[in-house]
Amino acid sequence: MKFIHYLEKIGGVDIFGIISLTIFVLFFLGMLTWVFKTSKKQLNDISRIPLDN
Amino acid sequence: MQVEKFYYDNKIVKAFGYATILFALVGMIAGLWAAIQIYYPEISLNLAPTTFGRLRPLHTNAIIFAFVGNASFAGIYYSLQRLCKARMYSDKLSWFHFWGWQAIIAAAAITLLLGKTTGKEYAELEWPIDIAITLVWVVFGINMFGTIIKRREKHLYVAIWFYIATWVTVAMLHIVNSIEIPVSAFKSYSWYAGVQDALVQWWYGHNAVAFFLTTPVLGLMYYFLPKAANRPVYSYRLSIIHFWALIFIYIWAGPHHLLYTALPDWAQSLGVVFSIMLIAPSWGGMLNGLFTLRGAWDKVREDPVLKFMVVAITCYGMATFEGPMLSLKNVNAISHFTDWTIAHVHIGGLGWNGFLAFAILYYMVPKMWDTTLYSKKLATNHFWLGTIGIIVYAVPMYWAGFEQSLSWKAFTPEGQLKFTFLQTVIHIKPLYILRSIGGFLYLVGACVMTYNIYRTIRQGKFIANEEAEAAPLVKEASKKKEYWHRVIERKPVTMLVGSLIVVAIGGLIEMIPTFLVKSNIPTIASVQPYTPLELQGRDIYIREGCYTCHSQMVRPFRDEVKRYGEYSKAGEFVYDHPFQWGSKRTGPDLAREGGGKKSNAWHLVHLYDPREMSPGSIMPRYIWLLKNDLDTSSTGAKIRAMQTLGVPYPEGYDKVANKDLVRQAESIAASVTKERKEINIEPSREAVALIAYLQRLGTDIQAESKKSIAEKK
Repeated sequence: MKFIHYLEKIGGVDIFGIISLTIFVLFFLGMLTWVFKTSKKQLNDISRIPLDN
Repeated sequence: MQVEKFYYDNKIVKAFGYATILFALVGMIAGLWAAIQIYYPEISLNLAPTTFGRLRPLHTNAIIFAFVGNASFAGIYYSLQRLCKARMYSDKLSWFHFWGWQAIIAAAAITLLLGKTTGKEYAELEWPIDIAITLVWVVFGINMFGTIIKRREKHLYVAIWFYIATWVTVAMLHIVNSIEIPVSAFKSYSWYAGVQDALVQWWYGHNAVAFFLTTPVLGLMYYFLPKAANRPVYSYRLSIIHFWALIFIYIWAGPHHLLYTALPDWAQSLGVVFSIMLIAPSWGGMLNGLFTLRGAWDKVREDPVLKFMVVAITCYGMATFEGPMLSLKNVNAISHFTDWTIAHVHIGGLGWNGFLAFAILYYMVPKMWDTTLYSKKLATNHFWLGTIGIIVYAVPMYWAGFEQSLSWKAFTPEGQLKFTFLQTVIHIKPLYILRSIGGFLYLVGACVMTYNIYRTIRQGKFIANEEAEAAPLVKEASKKKEYWHRVIERKPVTMLVGSLIVVAIGGLIEMIPTFLVKSNIPTIASVQPYTPLELQGRDIYIREGCYTCHSQMVRPFRDEVKRYGEYSKAGEFVYDHPFQWGSKRTGPDLAREGGGKKSNAWHLVHLYDPREMSPGSIMPRYIWLLKNDLDTSSTGAKIRAMQTLGVPYPEGYDKVANKDLVRQAESIAASVTKERKEINIEPSREAVALIAYLQRLGTDIQAESKKSIAEKK
């Protein structure tokens, strides 16, 4: 593949921006949901792993 | 349930630990040597291998891949076993990884000093070594995942996530940036050209910092800091947000290395936005580290490990605040190409990476040798030597950065540039001297540590196989109502794929349009491929590491256009495999150096002794270029490689290219003698090829503007 045969333009290039924004928002919402739904006890248990070896 | 007895492998940690100390000293000495050359060029010894352009890549590669790399591996092999409650998956793979990595370092040291380089910063190693790196990295991955799979601990602690993300992202970055076409055993050309090469390179360069110097070290912080402070991390929730946000956002920020360059504007803006967003996860991580010490600050006074950690984490916070600030276009306009960048990376390198590596060494060595540290006092002395060293290094470099930028941009009331470039260099020489003193103090500190660790080892007894006990992991029947992340965080392979998707998105979205859309790289009709002699000269330019001090990128600023000429356009670089925009102007920009601005004789004498043409110059002498003959046997292969990459040389040109080469060389040699009768240069010398390349730089676009003026008339 040679990078000299460019497309003249990409049809609907805005889709790149929309996709990235969507991925970004969904990803963070998912992460935050998990983080705040997990019980404090379980997080405390995991955070002590380095200390019991 | 029956507990199982097993043994942690400390021998491999010891080996990586020794390598860490050795290469810390080697890397720092190379750095100090290079730093002294900047104000005292004679110390290059006028030898090719010890001249700045080759020594500087040796310094950066030694510090990044040999010192910090080995330190990370030592810490990972130590902590991973304990966090998984399991011995490493395979001792054989561990040792293959160790010796493979050291062999790569040795090969890197030799080839870089011999000038075998791809000319892409922090990815200078040539293609056979690139393949070896891939192989060793895969072995490391198998060993790591094997260990994780046979673990006796249900949950994967957050440190392990950082290790997984490191592994997967470094693999991706290394492979994508190293795609090159071999010309000979130790010479290759980057597959990408110009703007695209720049984008891939800084996507790699930026993320090498992120995923080789940051994520593994953060993993170490999340393990060793709670151990040393004997309390869990401040907020485990925050560490999860820190992890995902950091790896997601980091990968987008690469284009901030290319602000105001010929990179398309939208890509620059995207890089800036994500760089600013990076403050949030970075500071989340820093605060999480520092808050872990809440109520335990009295321990910091006593414990050298915590002392080093606190400064390391503080430096991480400073560098990750400064980074986003530097990526603002208005700040970058001042800082870029100056010593400010050097100060910034050394806050990260000396403070964050160096101090965290020292901290884990001070922690692990007494533990593995079942003893206490030989001298806390020496460790404290090391701490102060290091801290003062960082300050004495960084402050003069910040000052030099401002000074450079202000004097480059200064105009007289008549509208002329106030200073020549050389004047701006001479102004800051005292600051370069101070910087090397800072580096020297830091090196002395590292020597003190080496002695302290040596004495600690002598007084202790090494536990090669450390006994431990844990219950095996039983498979639980799956519970229906589990959140997705709770499932993911127990499954390393899912985690691996998840991280890969997260880090791949940013790169793809930035790169695909730059590679595909024509309007992003407007072509310029007058831009022609290099002549064979210029191509050979360009390879000498790359070999001698000229890009470590000279940029080839005129930004669209009044002072730069006035000083160098018309600002650089994307279309000018379409035949540049690899691009040579550079990242630092210790010397002036060379993008518009050609076209007879200076005569061939001037260049020749300047290469022989820069101070003869420019008194006060700090450029090294390149005497060997006037003595060595150019290897023209490679011309055909180089032309063929370029043709494969799409450079439009005529069919069969590889067979006749040397004829053109000789003709051009003879005309340059003749022009030198014509101007300075006392100088006779053989046309076959390397210097002639380099001069041909320098005289070509930036001339294509001059032809274009002459043409358009003629058309207007």
